[in-house]
Amino acid sequence: MNANVSEIRIPQVQLQPEPGSPDGKRPPKSEASEVRRYLLSRGNSAIADRGFRWLMVLCALSIFGIVVLIATELVKGSHLSWTKFGLDFFFKSFIDPDTKQPSYWDPVNEHFSALPFLYGTLVSSFLALLMAVPLAIGVAVFLTEMCPAVLRGPLAFLTELLAAIPSVIYGLWAMFMLVPLMRQYVNPLAIKLLGWTGFFDDSNPTGLGFLTAGVILAIMILPIISSLTREVMNAVPHSQREAVLALGATRWEMIQMAVLRNARIGIVGAIILGLGRALGETMAVTMVIGNSLDIQRSILSNGNSMASVIANQYAEASSDLHLSALTEIGLALFIVTIIVNALARLLVWAVTRGAPARVN
Amino acid sequence: MGVGIEVTNLNAWYGTNHTLQDINLNIPANHATALIGPSGCGKSTFVRCLNRMHETNPIARVTGTVRIGELDIYADAQPVEIRRRVGMVFQRPNPFPTMSIFDNVAAGLKLNGFSNRRALDDIVEKSLKNSALWDEVKDDLKKKSGASLSGGQQQRLCIARALAVDPEVLLMDEPASALDPVSTSKIEDLIFQLKSQYTIVIVTHNMQQAARVAEKTGFFLNGRMVEFDSTHKIFTNPSDKRTEDYITGRFG
Amino acid sequence: MRSGENNLRSKIRGLADGVATGLAVLSTVLVVLPLLLIFGYLIYKGASSLNLDFFTQIPKPEGETGGGMANAIVGSGVVLAIASLLGIPVGIGSGIFLAEFGRGTKLAEAVRFTADVLNGVPSIVMGVAVYALVVTPQMPFSALSGGVALGIMMIPTVCRTTEEMLLMVPHAVREAALGLGVPNWRSVLSITVKTASPGIITGCMLAFARVAGETAPLIFTAFGNAFWSVSLTRPIAALPLEIYKYASSPYEDQHRQAWAGALVLIILIVLAVSLVRYVTSRGVLKGAS
Repeated sequence: MNANVSEIRIPQVQLQPEPGSPDGKRPPKSEASEVRRYLLSRGNSAIADRGFRWLMVLCALSIFGIVVLIATELVKGSHLSWTKFGLDFFFKSFIDPDTKQPSYWDPVNEHFSALPFLYGTLVSSFLALLMAVPLAIGVAVFLTEMCPAVLRGPLAFLTELLAAIPSVIYGLWAMFMLVPLMRQYVNPLAIKLLGWTGFFDDSNPTGLGFLTAGVILAIMILPIISSLTREVMNAVPHSQREAVLALGATRWEMIQMAVLRNARIGIVGAIILGLGRALGETMAVTMVIGNSLDIQRSILSNGNSMASVIANQYAEASSDLHLSALTEIGLALFIVTIIVNALARLLVWAVTRGAPARVN
Repeated sequence: MGVGIEVTNLNAWYGTNHTLQDINLNIPANHATALIGPSGCGKSTFVRCLNRMHETNPIARVTGTVRIGELDIYADAQPVEIRRRVGMVFQRPNPFPTMSIFDNVAAGLKLNGFSNRRALDDIVEKSLKNSALWDEVKDDLKKKSGASLSGGQQQRLCIARALAVDPEVLLMDEPASALDPVSTSKIEDLIFQLKSQYTIVIVTHNMQQAARVAEKTGFFLNGRMVEFDSTHKIFTNPSDKRTEDYITGRFG
Repeated sequence: MRSGENNLRSKIRGLADGVATGLAVLSTVLVVLPLLLIFGYLIYKGASSLNLDFFTQIPKPEGETGGGMANAIVGSGVVLAIASLLGIPVGIGSGIFLAEFGRGTKLAEAVRFTADVLNGVPSIVMGVAVYALVVTPQMPFSALSGGVALGIMMIPTVCRTTEEMLLMVPHAVREAALGLGVPNWRSVLSITVKTASPGIITGCMLAFARVAGETAPLIFTAFGNAFWSVSLTRPIAALPLEIYKYASSPYEDQHRQAWAGALVLIILIVLAVSLVRYVTSRGVLKGAS
């Protein structure tokens, strides 16, 4: 092009000869062409690929299928009870023809109202949240912000271990250690201190009841709330913490302003997830809630939750209507837990911005 | 024995991004051809169109014709078949982490159902010799995993793996850019030896490397092929000013 | 005076900081405490009741002492085997779909969401649904129905962990396989899944450990059985079921055995969980970084 180009000649480089110049003998490769021939004969894999893909899609679709199947079976099973009682099933009581007292769940006379179990589920879950949330947040704050690094692993492992204990073992322990404790120490104390509120009376000296159920539920939902809270707290960027500290805040103020405030949506999500778990928890609750079909004001009284009444009565339901009523309770539980869980996931996702890790 | 590649009116898109525009060139058989150009000019995309890897991205699209030997690779064949005949070595070495050295080299064959043990032993040995790795690993073939080698060794392992299926064309997408100078020169020596047996297309942003190993060079800019000629001419007397600007380092 | 004010305020702030720290520590102690109490009590009550009879004998008739839960241990094994046969392949398949075929699609998002929904369904409701679905007048309770209920519960966990582990396989590894002309199905199975297999296996173990302790879905599917039975179409004993029944019984001897059963169950679960933690902390993917 012009003289300057010669200055750009790359020094000491052996430039390649022009193509077309002789480049030596090529050795025969009969063995290599065996490979080539083999691979050419393999042909196309389009069919196998498509088949494989469809198999995987099928597996994924089966999850839809399963949820649809569950919902269908629940709706079918509830049909009898729904057509007989309608919405009153959840709100009304009946008058027992024999005792002339309000009654709710009467398999003999085939009157069914789920109100006591709704009440029981709500009360026990509310008590559980009341006790679990402060502790769970406290543990989360300690583990993420205050704990010396060497303790963090073991302590985190221990809280995760709490989540792995099966419900029936919680129930077993609660029956034989927690219930006597409640009966002998906690309940009398509660009556003495808080009896004036009207929510604590001494009509039930067994140590079973809503409060006991609330305590064991609290222990059970604590790990979920705590681990999810830790996750959303860890998702808060360090720069936020540093900015607040640089302004002279104490550690607790930093936690309040930088971490908890930013993570509060996710923490609410964690709490709701814990609620979802508490609503459906069965075995431990069944073993300590006292199995009563009444509604009483005292939280020390016996009761039943939606899950526990199904566990207690389903296997020996006395009639089709009885079974259908229990199934309808199951359907209600199904719908409520779906809504609660979906809400919780949305909130947690909004903070951690991505699919949250499996939470069990 | 390699074959030539004839590219006619090749256009490629990533979604709405028109990455390659009207590429026409003939890559000669049994020689090394280098593709140079600044980052983002489309040379990697071009090379991935030659073995139909470009379309593994769901938003990718290709029009035009690519003939490898007699075969129109888009119209007359399936991607899987093409990739057995056109091998690829990637920018970062990517040996299969759970496999031994032997299994890595044999992977292209074993995973396609090839089971002749004795033949596999021979093929693996030959491929490792061809990629100048044999002496370093011959005692540990089945004991060491592919991932336990150094970077330069891993890349030569990947070359051996590509060679084991006896492709007609070998595509190399900046094969030495992640390696140290010693490994780089080993790989360049390799290309030197291999090009008599295969058609090699090497993408590189290292102009000296292109000058060292390739007979023909193509200069890409903004998705177009600006100039394609003998390496000698490109580096001493380019026809296009843009080529000259790139060679002299005015940009890129 | 300003300095006095500041002094007081900073003292209060310091105090608040201390109180907060104290409360956080207290919370942690209060949380760890029940764990220690539970495990301690379990070991104390359970260890003394564990003997050879427990592992080899079936329950004695009500009121009699002695006997064991051997049939329940075996029964749990049968039910869990059925559950795994259902839950693991479907779970892994869904996970493969999410990671390899459905990435970014609306379908995949819907599947993920539905899997989470399924995960949140109370296990008792699962039992009710499976009862309504599988149980017939000829076969009111069976090992099969129990296995199906537990298998369904395994699917979401296996699916999500499989997806997570597959997403961690570097794209370069997949490209290497494709570049060799390996068919896609072969590449997914023999390269991607194989690379992620330690993590996938631990995900399966996690799901297994979780359903191993489930009682509620079995109450009216597997139902329980006082005798040796491994038949798939008859009621079958299961360890958590027996624990539940024995705990609620009026006999002291059966309480004792409930503790023994609980100890066996918790040991198995803790082993599984610890193994999972060990494998994942060591780095799930060997060399694939």
